[in-house]
Amino acid sequence: MLLPGFAMLFFSYFKELVGKEVTVELKNDLAITGILHSVDQYLNIKLENTRVVDEAKYPHMLSVKNCFIRGSVVRYVQLPPDGVDVDILHDATRREARGA
Amino acid sequence: MATEDDSAVKEPLDLIRLSLDERIYVKLRSDRELRGKLHAYDQHLNMILGDVEEVVTSVEIDDETYEEIVKTSKRHVQYLFVRGDGVILVSPPLRTS
Repeated sequence: MLLPGFAMLFFSYFKELVGKEVTVELKNDLAITGILHSVDQYLNIKLENTRVVDEAKYPHMLSVKNCFIRGSVVRYVQLPPDGVDVDILHDATRREARGA
Repeated sequence: MATEDDSAVKEPLDLIRLSLDERIYVKLRSDRELRGKLHAYDQHLNMILGDVEEVVTSVEIDDETYEEIVKTSKRHVQYLFVRGDGVILVSPPLRTS
């Protein structure tokens, strides 16, 4: 599956994380916790069972349970500790960085 | 590109490659800074950092004296994916704190 011009490393990594709970922090400071449902080459994210981290501050998302997040508005994604294999990441990075 | 020597430093991204599995300092937009261990990155400077401390700096101006009050808030995250479009610079950690 060739996707020229788009980094595959993090796309592949997030595909492995599907089903795990993550917290996505957006550039507008909103933080959303949910189960990672899917991701695409642009690192757009779909979350399920979402809840906003600071509900008192952002009440307008109370009824939202699933959402699609455009990749470009993401600042951080907090990852579960069991979703990180450091050795695999290092190896994949060395391989990907060479091709860039 | 007949021989690709993995350890040769040819371009700026190669310098970052030297920091893999080492602690680094990252300056981000919106007056944020990160210090953590570099586990992965790509050409967009998307990164995965471990054992991360984030420092957010804000400057408040006193209404009466107009003096600048610099405030920082810190938080610690175990594993963090950072989107590359927010990254300004990457460096070995500065010995300031």
